[in-house]
Amino acid sequence: MTEQHPLPQPPKNKWKMIKRIFILIIILLIYIWTISSISIRWDKIFSSRTLENFDRIIPRFFQPAVAETESIVEKMIETIFIAYTGSLAAAIIAVPLAFLCASNMVKNKVLNNIGMWILGAVRAFPEIVLAIIFVAAVGPNPFAGVLAIAIGSTGMLGKLYSEVIESIDMHVIEALEASGANKLQILFYGIMPQILPEFLSYAIYRFEIDVRASSVLGIVGAGGIGTLITFAYMNRNWEEVGMILLVIIITVTVIDQISGFIRRRLV
Amino acid sequence: MNKPSTYVPKGIYPFKTKMIMTVALIVVVGFYLVSSIKTESFIIDIFVKLPNVFGLISDFFPPDWGYVAQIWPKLFETIHMAIIATTVAVIVSIPFSLLTANNVTTNNVLYQVMRFVLNLIRTIPDIILAVVFVGLFGIGAFSGIMALIIFSIGILVKLMSEVIEAIDMNPTEAIRASGGNSLQTISFAIVPQVLPQFISFSLYVFELNIRASLVLGYVGAGGIGQLLNKEMNFLNYPAVSSIIIIVFAVVVIIDMISAKLREGLV
Repeated sequence: MTEQHPLPQPPKNKWKMIKRIFILIIILLIYIWTISSISIRWDKIFSSRTLENFDRIIPRFFQPAVAETESIVEKMIETIFIAYTGSLAAAIIAVPLAFLCASNMVKNKVLNNIGMWILGAVRAFPEIVLAIIFVAAVGPNPFAGVLAIAIGSTGMLGKLYSEVIESIDMHVIEALEASGANKLQILFYGIMPQILPEFLSYAIYRFEIDVRASSVLGIVGAGGIGTLITFAYMNRNWEEVGMILLVIIITVTVIDQISGFIRRRLV
Repeated sequence: MNKPSTYVPKGIYPFKTKMIMTVALIVVVGFYLVSSIKTESFIIDIFVKLPNVFGLISDFFPPDWGYVAQIWPKLFETIHMAIIATTVAVIVSIPFSLLTANNVTTNNVLYQVMRFVLNLIRTIPDIILAVVFVGLFGIGAFSGIMALIIFSIGILVKLMSEVIEAIDMNPTEAIRASGGNSLQTISFAIVPQVLPQFISFSLYVFELNIRASLVLGYVGAGGIGQLLNKEMNFLNYPAVSSIIIIVFAVVVIIDMISAKLREGLV
């Protein structure tokens, strides 16, 4: 006997629909709020003055001030030194914090959470705010920039490190423990070989980011090429801004290539 | 014959590795010393200058809570700038990320040119973008939005094109084989695979934009950085500390919301 079975109705998920509409309304409200309250003077932006500015600035921008090369390169080297000192300090400070956060190393849940909170709080501070605080604390010199980079990088490196530590093969450690190794031997022969390449790779990656970050810190007086950007901007010296940009682009590209090469060899 | 009793096991690491490690360590430490001397910064200094830091903390505290009322308008402007910039950047990035994905764009020359341009854009610091746009369009939020858009496009296109390159191409073939046109292939084979990641990256870039807009205010491109710069120049530390606390709270809240949203997506 062949009975005609009706096709099953597609499941109606009422709550899902309501949730989606709710999210859509919220997004719409956010956009309405944004567009209605942002103050942009369109008449000023699309005026003849803007066109004049284009004529005046763009050609000057593309005639970099080659005469200033020496002082700019000097500041760029200072920027690299700031990034290097800062990220090396961060790469070292992050290690104990990462072990504190890793749940397979420290079995205490409370300590794990404390470590996570410290790293999370550090990450939430934008680098420029850290730089402001340190400039006020130690004066307007490169040291403030180094401290800002060091603290700012610790948050990210600590998190990445702790993820690396959590993903290691624990069998090796068990085997070492079973054959009577002490804590230090476990650290050197069980944990270190597993984590070292990735730790180094992340540290170098963070150095790449720090070179970019430290080129900005100068605007609050924390040393490096940012200082020159501020001066050039205040004097409307577009040739110099162009030259600074050129130097930054070349330096960052070269450092990216070198660090990419080293990181490919490491992992 | 190899006698087991005289066999001396070698170290875990071969000699060559040890050499490379030693040289690398010397280079790293040496460069550190050079840069420490050049920047006149030794980590020990932080302890020497500790009294200074404590003196500063007493300057910054207590924060000036009466000042908070002046912070809201600029804070909202920062958030609005980030919202608009992220939205525009996402819309612009989608076609560009298709052009920079080597499984969609099979023309190798175009692919290489696009990658080169994007790498170039990503090396420009956001502060220089802001400086140029303020020069062109004058002081105000519009210049900041333009700088944030360019800054976000560089990051978004890179992330998105990597997602597109990693998609499963079999559904595309299946739809092509059953007679779907290009538009149908994109909307039924590519979009469902990449959409969650795209939204996740957009939220991530929104977070980045909130942080980046702090810097923009320093050159007059709108947002809360302007306020920070002004109060810092007046050495009005209680006001600065209340701005910093508010910014910190907002960044944490936005990070938390977007982390929750992203968890639900991917």
